Amino acid sequence: MKKQILRYNANERTNHWVVSILFVLAALSGLALFHPALFWLTNLFGGGPWTRILHPFLGVGMFAMFLWLVIRFWRYNLFIKNDRIWLKNIGKVMKNEEEGVPPIGKYNPGQKLLFWALIVSMLVLAVTGVIMWRAYFSHFFGIDIIRLASLFHAAAAFVLVTAIIVHVYAAIWIKGSVGAMMSGWVSRAWAKKHHELWYDEVMRKEERKP
Amino acid sequence: MATLDIIARSATTTTPPSIRDMDAVAKLIDVSKCIGCKACQVACSEWNDIRDEVGHNHGVYEAPMDLTADSWTLMRFTEHEKDDGDLEWLIRKDGCMHCAEPGCLKACPSPGAIVQHANGIVDFHQEHCIGCGYCITGCPFDIPRISQKDHKAYKCTLCSDRVAVGLEPACVKTCPTGAIVFGTKEEMKVHADERIVDLKSRGYENAGLYDPDGVGGTHVMYVLHHADKPSLYDGLPDAPVISPMVSLWKGITKPLSLLAMGAAVLAGFFHYVRIGPQRVEEEDERKEAEAHSPGATSTSALSEPAVHTVDPSVQTFDPKQPDGRG
Repeated sequence: MKKQILRYNANERTNHWVVSILFVLAALSGLALFHPALFWLTNLFGGGPWTRILHPFLGVGMFAMFLWLVIRFWRYNLFIKNDRIWLKNIGKVMKNEEEGVPPIGKYNPGQKLLFWALIVSMLVLAVTGVIMWRAYFSHFFGIDIIRLASLFHAAAAFVLVTAIIVHVYAAIWIKGSVGAMMSGWVSRAWAKKHHELWYDEVMRKEERKP
Repeated sequence: MATLDIIARSATTTTPPSIRDMDAVAKLIDVSKCIGCKACQVACSEWNDIRDEVGHNHGVYEAPMDLTADSWTLMRFTEHEKDDGDLEWLIRKDGCMHCAEPGCLKACPSPGAIVQHANGIVDFHQEHCIGCGYCITGCPFDIPRISQKDHKAYKCTLCSDRVAVGLEPACVKTCPTGAIVFGTKEEMKVHADERIVDLKSRGYENAGLYDPDGVGGTHVMYVLHHADKPSLYDGLPDAPVISPMVSLWKGITKPLSLLAMGAAVLAGFFHYVRIGPQRVEEEDERKEAEAHSPGATSTSALSEPAVHTVDPSVQTFDPKQPDGRG
């Protein structure tokens, strides 16, 4: 029996970090055009026109790679009975208290909510982004649709960026998570502490196939 | 009124230099006097050195069929049947209206790509344009066009270069019937009033000035014989406003969402400072590690020796024992 548990294999890790890199680039280029206070971010991409040219391609890339990630992970993100109780005790979770917080599966309900929020915001961003893409697609759409798309694109981007801020902080907060996504391995104690039902499942599998 | 002072600038949150008091200018287009000769289109193309592609005859008088990055003004022809059955030709010179509250400027994300001069002219500075087309999204009159050659937005400048040196716009200079006149906005309103009185005396009781309040008034105004129904004139908006969707998109929601994102980052930081990270206790880590180390039995993981003497050459070593045997 190995000392550690493999939480993410190399393909899953690669896929995650490809999406992350594309997200950072799409977010920075998008924020540059989102508010004048952030227009200086266009310098990272070679100026305003290059930012405008690159942003949609980065977004499409992110969306495509994210879909792949969804196919890999969706089945672990369906809600189970304990999730409701966990969410009711979110205050305790936030205070690092463990009493009364039920065991959960491979993902906690917070991660699951993030997962579904990402799917919704990514879908909205992709659809509205195509409508706003002046160089290739905007001429297929009426002006009211383009205006609505612009508004929803900004709103969905806000949801996505905020969700990712929470996601990144949670990874910093819960020690061991960054390592899980970097090297793939978590300790048995980590798995038991944070994702006990998943841990039990891993143990059962190991017993069957030692 | 000849000035290049800038009073508003796209994607700029502070007030640009604006202490000098300048008269607002206006171009007045008297639709009732227009004969549809298109001299204004030619003058525009000539003065601004723009040559649109030669298109095709579509069986109507419009040519080209729409504004383009190379055609900043366009005569739009509407055949209108009056109540008494008479046919009336409504010819409107379309182009930028130079709104006092420009939707294009509000929507533009690039600082200084769209400016509003103190005399009211709204001008595009193509060297700052990034080609995103947000100006098109923001415009209530569907005026700006992105060039396929350089991917920059273009539209009527109201000949800001001519006006700055005290000349009238090229279209005004060339108009053979005096349907287009230019001056201070106040003068143009007075002139329009006279024209409206005249039109009313000729039976156009709904004649009036088109200077829509919804966009704060415009620096290109129309005298219309049917001012009660501007949309008769090839879809001139009856009550143009910056779309509420654009106002919401470019309004208060932006600084608020920026603030919210900043707050999320700070919330995380202070959560870490006040509550701190979640670590697996070292003791739990050790217990789990020992429980699952190779060879450990589930019953008494802690009391078992770390190494089994399966191979006679491998023995546990205990330095405390005299013979070193564990």
